[in-house]
Amino acid sequence: MRSEIEKQIAELERYAESEAVREEIERLRQQLAAGRDGFQPTGPATDAWDRVLLARHPQRPYTLDYISALFTEFTELHGDRRFGDDGAIVGGLARFEGRPVMVVGHQKGRDTKQKLLRNFGMPNPEGYRKAMRLMHLAAKFRLPIVTFVDTPGAYPGIGAEERGQAEAIALNLREMPKLRTPVVVVIHGEGGSGGALAIAVGDRVLMLENAIYSVISPESCSSILWRDWDHKQEAARILKLTAQDLQGFGIIDEVIPEPPGGAHNDLGQTAASIRLRLSAALNELSRLPLEELLKQRYERLRRLATFVEESGHRAAG
Amino acid sequence: MAWFHKNKQPLEPPKEKRVQTEGLWVKCGACRRILWKKDLEANLLCCPRCGHHFKMSARARLEMLFDHGRYVEHDAHLASSDPLQFRDTKSYRDRLRRAEKATGLKDALITGEGLLAGKPAIICAMEFDFIGGSMGAVVGEKIARAIDRCLAQRHPLVIVSCSGGARMMEGAISLMQMAKISAGLARLDEAQRPYISVLSDPTTGGVSASFAMLGDLNIAEPGALIGFAGPRVIEQTIRQKLPEGFQRAEFLLAHGMLDAIVPRKELKAYLARTLNLLGAWDS
Ligand SMILES: [Zn+2]
Repeated sequence: MRSEIEKQIAELERYAESEAVREEIERLRQQLAAGRDGFQPTGPATDAWDRVLLARHPQRPYTLDYISALFTEFTELHGDRRFGDDGAIVGGLARFEGRPVMVVGHQKGRDTKQKLLRNFGMPNPEGYRKAMRLMHLAAKFRLPIVTFVDTPGAYPGIGAEERGQAEAIALNLREMPKLRTPVVVVIHGEGGSGGALAIAVGDRVLMLENAIYSVISPESCSSILWRDWDHKQEAARILKLTAQDLQGFGIIDEVIPEPPGGAHNDLGQTAASIRLRLSAALNELSRLPLEELLKQRYERLRRLATFVEESGHRAAG
Repeated sequence: MAWFHKNKQPLEPPKEKRVQTEGLWVKCGACRRILWKKDLEANLLCCPRCGHHFKMSARARLEMLFDHGRYVEHDAHLASSDPLQFRDTKSYRDRLRRAEKATGLKDALITGEGLLAGKPAIICAMEFDFIGGSMGAVVGEKIARAIDRCLAQRHPLVIVSCSGGARMMEGAISLMQMAKISAGLARLDEAQRPYISVLSDPTTGGVSASFAMLGDLNIAEPGALIGFAGPRVIEQTIRQKLPEGFQRAEFLLAHGMLDAIVPRKELKAYLARTLNLLGAWDS
């Protein structure tokens, strides 16, 4: 394992012109230094930072692993019809328990070559536009949509900005509430900010026990508030980014348990747990009349309001 | 790992700027000339020498856009409940208190209803001096209610953005406001009520990646910084200096992301004209 990590570092260093690669190297080095290359909490992860490590565990199943485990006849569809085909987003037609569906998700790479191909799971605008194209296609043919969320975030690069990263994400956020078909979201790894949300607006949001979902990474939060990365563990705690926390806020609907030690210890068991809840959610949602489905999808978001009403209404004008 | 792909705006306005605006004289950030503050204010906070657009407070913005500077404010009493009980080197509650003291606002956005060139409209303006104009649950709820009002009264909507993005101290709840507001705008879209997004300096992160980019028209002030990722994050990612003018309004216009760049002096007339052309007030 140790030599495997060192080999990965050596390989990555050949591509070290991009920050994504450098961050990956840094992460691997930290793993080495911490001697936690085989990080396995003995009991259930209790600290938020443990879950961050599990959500990013190098052996954690990725979207395509779940697709193979949960669906049959997966037929990948490529491209946004405008600019290109983004490897950080995969999608296509498939069958779930015999019934046709559309699957869309972030995809990370396992080895160096795959990591670069998948851009570390960080989509460019064409990735979000591909996702939206496939979701519109699904709605046209009344196929339920299942999305799988696992990204450090949308890619911050010159090309991404030139091609409208903000607009691509924004448009998905406006279009997904209108999709005339059930949408179930499965957050199974990293839910990195707007880059995750752009495919995560749905009727039911399910989340694996050790997945995380946050407006900002603990590292960046630490660097903004403490001006260094040393407080990332504390940042992970105060950001309330665990599935349990988010269920409390009504942001996710259900926490899916993972096998002891984390999803990577038993893909089969994790997939079976997802199947159970996904199946229940899809059955429930397909029974709803479309207008009711869309109304409830909107109200689910509209309820995400936490504020106080303070007295002293100011007159203006 | 940098998920935080938004501009790392300082949490409080830098001291230098405060000092600048407290005196009688102000230095223009673009041409470096020393300006008399009164001249600047008389010129809608645009440099009389080079045209540089200074940041405008939410109040000044609404006073500039509504006829005679008069409007009724909605939902002014909404304030953050600090849902995460967030505390880093200081508590979020302290930051909120300080921001309220500095701006006289309870959060980073004001909703006003009034007349725009004689016709009713709802305008939301963001306040950068309130924790970097960041969007938390209060900004989300205020915009959602503004949308509801536009739907009920058939008024057009204008939102003037000025924000570093989602508010970290409200965690995923602030992230969800992007979805909540965008879902509201989908309804406005389906009801064919016009919405014009005005992007001012800066508009980045979760604000640009939601309502600011969803206008029927997206227009920007000259020189405004607009983007998803902040320039510093991108610079750290690619390890290069960014080209001159990158992520400025002119760059976005050239890349097809904006309908127009509208100087502040022409903003009100532009809004009135385009809303009229879109049939905002036809019955
Ligand atoms: Zn000047």
